[in-house]
Amino acid sequence: MYKYNDFDEAFVRSRVAQFRGQVERRIDGSLTEDEFKPLRLMNGLYLQLHAYMLRVAVPYGTLNSAQMRQLAYIADKWDKGYGHFTTRQNIQYNWPKLQDVPDMLEALADVEMHAIQTSGNTIRNVTADHFAGAAADEIEDPRAIAELLRQWSTDHPEFQFLPRKFKIAVTGAAEDRAVTKAHDIGLRMVRNDAGEPGFEVIVGGGLGRTPMVGKVLRDFLPKADLLPYCEAIVSVYNLLGRRDNKYKARIKITVHENGLEKIQELVEDRFTTIRAGFSGHDQELLSEIETAFAPPAFAAKPTDGYEAARLANPAFRSWTDTNLSEHKADGYAIVSISIKKHGATPGDATSDQMRVMAELAEKYGHNELRISHEQNVILPHVHKSDLAKVYAALREADLATANIGLVSDIIACPGMDYCALATARSIPIAQEIATRFDELKIEHDIGQLKIKISGCINACGHHHVGHIGILGLDRAGVENYQITLGGDGTQTTSIGERAGPGFSAEEIVPAIERLVTGYLDLRDSPAETFLQTYRRLGMEPFKAILYPAEDKANAA
Amino acid sequence: MARSFTPKVVTANALLEGDAVWLTEDNTWTRDIREAELITDEAHGDLRLLEAQARADEIAGAYLADAKSGEDGPEPTHFREAFRTRGPSNYHHGKQAG
Ligand code: HEM
Ligand code: SF4
Repeated sequence: MYKYNDFDEAFVRSRVAQFRGQVERRIDGSLTEDEFKPLRLMNGLYLQLHAYMLRVAVPYGTLNSAQMRQLAYIADKWDKGYGHFTTRQNIQYNWPKLQDVPDMLEALADVEMHAIQTSGNTIRNVTADHFAGAAADEIEDPRAIAELLRQWSTDHPEFQFLPRKFKIAVTGAAEDRAVTKAHDIGLRMVRNDAGEPGFEVIVGGGLGRTPMVGKVLRDFLPKADLLPYCEAIVSVYNLLGRRDNKYKARIKITVHENGLEKIQELVEDRFTTIRAGFSGHDQELLSEIETAFAPPAFAAKPTDGYEAARLANPAFRSWTDTNLSEHKADGYAIVSISIKKHGATPGDATSDQMRVMAELAEKYGHNELRISHEQNVILPHVHKSDLAKVYAALREADLATANIGLVSDIIACPGMDYCALATARSIPIAQEIATRFDELKIEHDIGQLKIKISGCINACGHHHVGHIGILGLDRAGVENYQITLGGDGTQTTSIGERAGPGFSAEEIVPAIERLVTGYLDLRDSPAETFLQTYRRLGMEPFKAILYPAEDKANAA
Repeated sequence: MARSFTPKVVTANALLEGDAVWLTEDNTWTRDIREAELITDEAHGDLRLLEAQARADEIAGAYLADAKSGEDGPEPTHFREAFRTRGPSNYHHGKQAG
């Protein structure tokens, strides 16, 4: 893993010291809230409905055991003993007190972490495939590039006041697990005809009130040109992006209003200028960073006992069926730890659970953990001979739910239980849906199905790219939930279509149940997923299931 | 006749804890909405909000929220404001935990 150098260390410490002074001045009244707000946001500190919230970056989703333990320590010492992992590979603490935040940041700096640029109109935490460095379908580990981007974008003087927030995602794999097409810049590693690795550069994707699928700006960008090219994109956007209307300020609107071709021209032009100024220092830095991401020393040992344990224990077998993914090294597996126990809050882990995961990573996982955008925790490198032990320990900690990719593996934003911008709650809906399908005992039968819930139009819960998306709204002072269908956040990204009128809080869970059990009758075989069935049949049959009364009325 | 004014309370987040507080008639901040001053006059509401906003070292983000008169004092009328009097629904945290 990447280790801070002296510069990183000094920079993060000085930012903590600065913020400590700012907090003191806010508390003694010398700074008003209007003056303080931009300063706290630069350090990831929000004010929500019931308390402050501190958003901590987990750069490209990678953590080591010591960092995970520190997150647990912070949760115990200054919060309520838990943390919320988010779709942007951050962790959020929901209950910090203002006067404690500088100490929390100091504790983060102790393990090379921070909350810088987790808010504001800056380049945010660069996210990456959560299976990076482990996935069997990967060209290269994309995290070296992500780290290079992080160093370049952190405190970049030109990019501290962009028209709006700016999000970059990278993947090195064919299967897009990083939702690259819904980011301001998405980078997908591909090979050119000569077999050299480079990037497909996607620009102008985004969710929020105007969801858009990103467009390809460059089919193939040599790896060495990545930084100057990204700088060209951001600097074109910095000048061209609208500052008159924050709803039109994201680069997706800039691309939409100016057309891809014009953006292409401007970027290529700017790129030529900028590249001349890059003297190769970035490439030296990159190769240094690459050594930090060298794969761990994988053990070549027999996978003894794994198959036998699977045969002996049906619960273990079921867990291995859903929660493991193919690893690039022989004898290894990628373990997804579900923090979506039926009925629990999606993405929340207690400090005890964090410590268990840290210990498992240390003992069996080459000291590595990942946070996925689907709000789960990953042990990227576990030898198959250790899986039974890992499973047993997870079970003890209430972390062994076998539901990855299934109907109860729901993404939900904090919604109106925490978020000041929310128009409705999302967490209780997620809890009820998961609980209901657990009672029905049909989720394994249903198969791959992604439900994603947002508590307002900002779409932090990715509802636009859920196979089933749920958007919570305020309709005349009552919570109301709108359903979208057919969204997809992978390499075949699509934005879900609205199914029809919304449902009340009481009606939404039965509506989802109707929809999903209805799909079971519509699919042509158990192998056809919900999304495939939707793509084959279109909206109509699903609409008929969701609004049966209307159907009858029409027929009458 | 003046257009009808929906009664209001002045509310904000406490500076240190960040939780919801309401302004009382005697200019203190309370954590119980029932002790808040229920404002029934628009001009008075604007004035009270200005006074609240001036108290920068006690609170952040003061605004006027709709409320109605209840048995024990002001009550919220919108679900968002009702949640602010209780806390989140997924854990027994915040005001409901007392
Ligand atoms: C204090 C809480 C939060 C606030 C104030 C907030 C604010 C926003 C806003 C205003 C947008 C819309 C941006 C736009 O369309 O230009 C947005 C989008 C988004 N947020 Fe949040 N958010 C919060 C929490 C979260 C959480 C908890 C997550 C992760 C679970 C998250 C992830 C995202 C994502 C993925 C998007 C959509 C992607 C995009 O930027 O287009 N946010 N957020
Ligand atoms: S989608 Fe809306 S409610 Fe949910 S976290 Fe984002 S801003 Fe808050």
